[in-house]
Amino acid sequence: MSTSDSSPPEGSTPDRRPLIAFAWLWVGAPLAYGLYELVQKATQLFTG
Amino acid sequence: MSPPVAPPGWSRWLVPPAALSVHLSIGQAYAWSVFKPSLESALDLSGTQSALPFQLGIVMLGLSAAFGGTLVERNGPRWAMTVALICFSSGFLLSALGAATEQYWLIVFGYGFVGGIGLGIGYISPVSTLIKWFPDRPGMATGIAIMGFGGGALIASPWSAQMLESFGSDSSGIAKAFLVHGLTYALFMSLGVFLVRVPRPTKTAADGTPAPLQGVQVSANSAIRTPQFWCLWVVLCMNVTAGIGILEKAAPMITDFFSDTSTPVSVSAAAGFVALLSAANMAGRIGWSSTSDLIGRKNIYRVYLGVGAVMYALIAWVGDSSKPLFICCALVILSFYGGGFATIPAYLKDLFGTYQVGAIHGRLLTAWSTAGVLGPLIVNWIADRQEEAGKSGASLYGVSLIIMIGLLVIGFVANELVRPVNARHHIPAQREASDVHERQQSA
Repeated sequence: MSTSDSSPPEGSTPDRRPLIAFAWLWVGAPLAYGLYELVQKATQLFTG
Repeated sequence: MSPPVAPPGWSRWLVPPAALSVHLSIGQAYAWSVFKPSLESALDLSGTQSALPFQLGIVMLGLSAAFGGTLVERNGPRWAMTVALICFSSGFLLSALGAATEQYWLIVFGYGFVGGIGLGIGYISPVSTLIKWFPDRPGMATGIAIMGFGGGALIASPWSAQMLESFGSDSSGIAKAFLVHGLTYALFMSLGVFLVRVPRPTKTAADGTPAPLQGVQVSANSAIRTPQFWCLWVVLCMNVTAGIGILEKAAPMITDFFSDTSTPVSVSAAAGFVALLSAANMAGRIGWSSTSDLIGRKNIYRVYLGVGAVMYALIAWVGDSSKPLFICCALVILSFYGGGFATIPAYLKDLFGTYQVGAIHGRLLTAWSTAGVLGPLIVNWIADRQEEAGKSGASLYGVSLIIMIGLLVIGFVANELVRPVNARHHIPAQREASDVHERQQSA
């Protein structure tokens, strides 16, 4: 099975980089929000 | 629906976010407790009743992953993600109707039964595809996805709480919150449906038919007849039980351990400890699973189970003498708990190949369901008996901790018994190539 992510010669296939960036942002933004809330709560262990 | 084959030039780095969009959504299940107090007051329910949708959801997760795995392999990840999207979102929409009409059975049926099917199919939907895209780093790839399941609760917990605050905690407010959850998760998961692709099969030069998969390949039906499958079942069950042993009682445990010291742990500090454990659980999923690509699957489970037992022993015997030591040991145990979940698909791939690894993984998740019952039962039952016997503080947990060490040792032995699968269980190369060819023709 083909598993490499090397792109074929330029011009023959669309550039996937904007889609990759969008996809990671889509999942990364809510995850970052969750982690921020988690850090806020976790600091209570040391301050609470 | 036939498996969506990647067009030329498709990047494999589009597959992890597809998987994450599903896992981050279904991971909401672990934040169900946010709804419990509101449901209890709005619909006059007991604590046991308000936990029913979650419990049924976890049971359905195990059942649908076990029985739906073969369908997922046959129809591909897009079909599976679509089913997961429809079931998980419909579960919330039915629950919204249930809350609006104050029919609690509809919430149990919607979130627990219908949503639970979405949990199980969604959980296994990207596993096989990720392993096929990342044969060089299967541990890292599945670690990313399964980390998402841990991350889902981190997102949903504050988000759901804020929503209930805005809409109100009465039945109408809960209904609106469920409605927004259903619609938002449907939109969020649609990225996975849109992006997921299976790799293009490599063709043989001679006749254009797909080349057989490399290495050992075992079907799901054969896999469950091998001792290797059941050894891994015991490994996962023991590892998860040990982790749940800490997770289930984390807040009261740290409070009890240091109740008689000069620095007792406050309620908010205990909540902070629970949050830190969630972070360790999540970090372990990606960190330890990626490490398994470097040191091997058997070795990483030796660490989870062997070092995990040592950590439990430290908590049991000297945990109450040092707060930092107690916290560090608990964090390591929780990171192993997460790591155990995330590494198991890659371990299955090593033993049974990629042919039906998703279906085999689905069947193995029954170990999780078993551990989900076993872990809390052991810890809660023993803690109650110890309390009745007049014990307090750290001594409430002594017996439970020793049992956890015993379980981890059993898991360690089971891991040592894992050997390569006997050749009589292997799939003949022609049959497996023709199966791949059939799928390609229908695509």
